[in-house]
Amino acid sequence: MDNLIVKTITRLIVPFIQIYGIFIILHGHISPGGGFSGGAVLGASMILYTLSYGLTAANKKLPHKVTGVFESGGIIWYVLLGLVGIFLGGSFLSNKEVGFFMGKAGDVISGGFIPLITAAIGLKVASTMITLFHTIIEED
Amino acid sequence: MELLNVILVVFLIVCAIAVERTKDLLSAVIIFDAYSLTMAVLWLLLKAPDIALTEAAIGAGVTTILFVSVISRTRRVKK
Repeated sequence: MDNLIVKTITRLIVPFIQIYGIFIILHGHISPGGGFSGGAVLGASMILYTLSYGLTAANKKLPHKVTGVFESGGIIWYVLLGLVGIFLGGSFLSNKEVGFFMGKAGDVISGGFIPLITAAIGLKVASTMITLFHTIIEED
Repeated sequence: MELLNVILVVFLIVCAIAVERTKDLLSAVIIFDAYSLTMAVLWLLLKAPDIALTEAAIGAGVTTILFVSVISRTRRVKK
């Protein structure tokens, strides 16, 4: 697809979509949203880029190797954070009992490891969407 | 607000029946997109904004794109 209007609008609008997705992910524990919704918005921005610029440009921007690392790294990060609870004397994914920093309710940095876990989920969901779409439309 | 709710639910039912009755698969996907968008507005009216966010991103955005790309790989009209 070689359309100047579509390409220009995409170039203008993709950073705002990505900022919105990151905002939803980082505020997942104090406002509506969270890892899954924010990751879906992030993945949709990259799908829009692929639709207007083509698969080869998108593969140059975000190769399959990088999305694979994000996809595996997100879930490994989640499991490691869960195992921290076991090593510090609690159960799997125990948060307040083993002394994570709780902070004041309503701040961005609060709630123990919930922001870290939400960031991992967001990365995993976004890279899964991108990998799914690239795998379907790629010519074989 | 009550009236808007009723109108949206009736539109939802009409969309769900139309998806099943349509022979052209691309039209069916677009009607399904309208169904998802109406469902997102309804979740917002039911005071579940996080579900509405997810429905608008996944149901109306990504699912439609995946369906359209799959249809472009196969036949468009169901036999």
